[in-house]
Amino acid sequence: MPLSLIAEQLLNGLQLGLMLFLLAAGLTLVFGIMDMINLAHGSLYMVGAYLAAAVTEASGSFWLGLLGATVATAAVGAALEVSLLRRLYARSHLSQVLATFAVILIANEIVRMIWGSQPILLNPPPALAGPVQVGSVRYPAYRLVVIGVGLALALLLWLLVSRTRAGMRVRAGASDRTMAEALGVDIRTLFTAVFALGAALSAVAGALLGPLLAVQVGMGENILILAFVVITIGGIGSIRGALLGSLLVGLLDTAGRAFLPFLFRKMFPAAVAAEAGPAMAAMSIYMLMVAVLYFRPAGLFPARG
Amino acid sequence: MRDTLRIPLRPRPALAVVAMLVLLPIAALAAGQPFYLVFAARVLIYALIASSLNLLIGYGGMVSFGHAAFVGAGAYTVAVLMPMGIGSAWLLWPAALLAGALLALAIGAICLRTSGVTFIMMTLAFAQMAYYLVLSLQVLGSDDGLALPKRPSLGVLDLGGDTAFYYVALAVLLAGLLAMRALLNAPIGRALQGIRDNETRMEALGFATYRLKLLVFVIAGAAAGLGGGLLASLNGLVGPNLFNWTESGLLMVMVILGGAGRLIGGALGAAVLLAAEELIAEHTIHWPLGIGVLLLAIVLFAPQGLAGLARRVGSDP
Amino acid sequence: MIEAVLRVSGLQKRFDGVLALDDVSLELARGELHALIGPNGAGKTTLIHLLSGALKPNAGAIALDGRDITRLGMHQRVRLGLARSYQITSLFPNFTVLENLALAVQGASGRADRERARAELDAVGLGPRGEALAGTLAHGERRQLELGLALATGARVLLLDEPMAGMAPEEAMRIVTLLEALKGRRTILLVEHDMDAVFRLADRITTLVQGRTIASGAPEEIRRHPEVRRAYLGDGMMV
Repeated sequence: MPLSLIAEQLLNGLQLGLMLFLLAAGLTLVFGIMDMINLAHGSLYMVGAYLAAAVTEASGSFWLGLLGATVATAAVGAALEVSLLRRLYARSHLSQVLATFAVILIANEIVRMIWGSQPILLNPPPALAGPVQVGSVRYPAYRLVVIGVGLALALLLWLLVSRTRAGMRVRAGASDRTMAEALGVDIRTLFTAVFALGAALSAVAGALLGPLLAVQVGMGENILILAFVVITIGGIGSIRGALLGSLLVGLLDTAGRAFLPFLFRKMFPAAVAAEAGPAMAAMSIYMLMVAVLYFRPAGLFPARG
Repeated sequence: MRDTLRIPLRPRPALAVVAMLVLLPIAALAAGQPFYLVFAARVLIYALIASSLNLLIGYGGMVSFGHAAFVGAGAYTVAVLMPMGIGSAWLLWPAALLAGALLALAIGAICLRTSGVTFIMMTLAFAQMAYYLVLSLQVLGSDDGLALPKRPSLGVLDLGGDTAFYYVALAVLLAGLLAMRALLNAPIGRALQGIRDNETRMEALGFATYRLKLLVFVIAGAAAGLGGGLLASLNGLVGPNLFNWTESGLLMVMVILGGAGRLIGGALGAAVLLAAEELIAEHTIHWPLGIGVLLLAIVLFAPQGLAGLARRVGSDP
Repeated sequence: MIEAVLRVSGLQKRFDGVLALDDVSLELARGELHALIGPNGAGKTTLIHLLSGALKPNAGAIALDGRDITRLGMHQRVRLGLARSYQITSLFPNFTVLENLALAVQGASGRADRERARAELDAVGLGPRGEALAGTLAHGERRQLELGLALATGARVLLLDEPMAGMAPEEAMRIVTLLEALKGRRTILLVEHDMDAVFRLADRITTLVQGRTIASGAPEEIRRHPEVRRAYLGDGMMV
């Protein structure tokens, strides 16, 4: 197998991992701080992608689309928190599952009513349409930009959480909610802010992945499950864990799909390899999660002591 | 003596519901809507499956997010065995039940070492593994699934007719619910609910909690497997989506909607969700919106689910 | 020569490298009421956790009737006749008081014997409250039921972790009377802060300070023991 192919797959894995992180960051904070299972997080990702496509179409600029979608989705997230989710924090996880599942159904139908059932088009900026030469690899320029934005946001989020007062409050809330309240943190406002931030990050992921995957109803559900896998592996409530989990899952998924069938062809007859290869690749993420949880039930970086 | 845990059998409302269900085929045929019998049979099967999940979630505190795997195992068992020349439901359905039980034994033995969110995600992981395995195995039809040559036969009873199938499904569901009630009223049922409420203390009282939970997990898996076998027999085809997490999620929604920890919670949730789907879908293509609003209303206004709501209304003078 | 029902030798427990218990040895003679005292953080509850099987020791051994139980799980020890109560009340709030006790009877014996549960109900003085949901009990009653759950297992050896914690004096008196009635019939390791109760009830007393046993003996010996007095200096209860 040529080295350039391996390098290309590593970049793909990095890109998927970083986008997963944008989704997982908000999910893990909401789960860790508010003890809230939010299945509708994937819907915010979908809304972000659709809004990006709409604004891009209207303005002719992808970057305006990205910005508009981020701001608008943050507002949608904040509105959702204030109007509905706030009532659910004190309820059982089961009630939260049912309510946010209902939100998924509603969001999907509203999007379907506005944009229809067919996938819609979101094109990358024309300037980034072609490939560029990175060392010995020709790699799509747009994907490189996605990686760049992902890295920048991950760094920014890390600085925000570890180096600012607001971040300190968030961490205090994630490890001990009662303690944070005792310290005078305004929990209600903090929750809304965290939720809006999580919504904005998933919108960025939706907008950036839009040109690479299809922008369609239901796009949020499967990536949501991956994001849950990520935060469970990383340790619920931990940003560091979410980043590590995202990169692990992103790389494993990409590498599995690219290399496992290849590997199996060497070890087994072609017919067996054709069947087992893709299966093992898709299963590898879940095997990773089971292995991690079996030995570390609270994940790699538990936020709570 | 007051016995708060004992699930009473209220003969009058119970008999009324059973009588209605028995008369339903006659009404459907009289109204010239025989199609509804297939739908009604599907509701009964899902009622059985959701009840088995309710046993885990509502009574055992085991929030399994992978229950679809047992349904799929049962369904595929029937679909694989039938082309081999086994046409009798007396063999096929016990085989489906066994498949669900064995898979539950394997998955439960590992997952029940954990608890809380970790348990939820572990069960999800195993079900997803099963999903991808089935999806990629060509002998199981990959993403096309498998078609059954015909409906199985049940001795002299020809299940090809929808009315006969409906009555068999009804009998299986009623037997299942009665068995579940007997289990919950027995000492083992008390122990199960004790574990749900305070597992550490149960161990400190001498209960082998892990083994007890595993036993109930296997029982629920067996019932789900049987449900899967019935579903495959009714539909005449099986697909990998039976294993998908969305299916597990749907079963969970049925349980919470109907009322986790209420005997008829699973059955009620399955019936209301599927019927609402069917009814709203007749009027608008945007029926999921209606379902979403309905579910939201129930979460906000009936925290104990529909069975809890019925009980609250019923106990008001 | 006393006959040791429960024998603890060289028990050691570390949490993240910090030594919580160091080389603790203890023997409980059949039928004796053995009190375990010591300042807060001395490791008393940790010792109960180790003896009941909630935690596993880093070193040392525990034997019940000569049988090594160091590696057995919590429920296995209960089945062999070693049960505990909790310092922080741990009940089944959705079960009635009687159903709570019935669970305890069922847990150890495997049979749901309602008659025995009713007898235990009367024994802990909750007779009239059998039908109440455990979640609705007052604090004192909850403590009584907590103790009742341990008793109802029928265990020969009881590990009681501060059974009188947070009780009003007259309520605590009821527990003292109850324990007096149990004396000689069951072997009891009693962790308790109420020194009046301890000196009234105990046949022998072991003092635990910073994870080590500094003294063990009859109540009078312990009262006079210089190290015990030093450990409790300023703690008016001992003076």
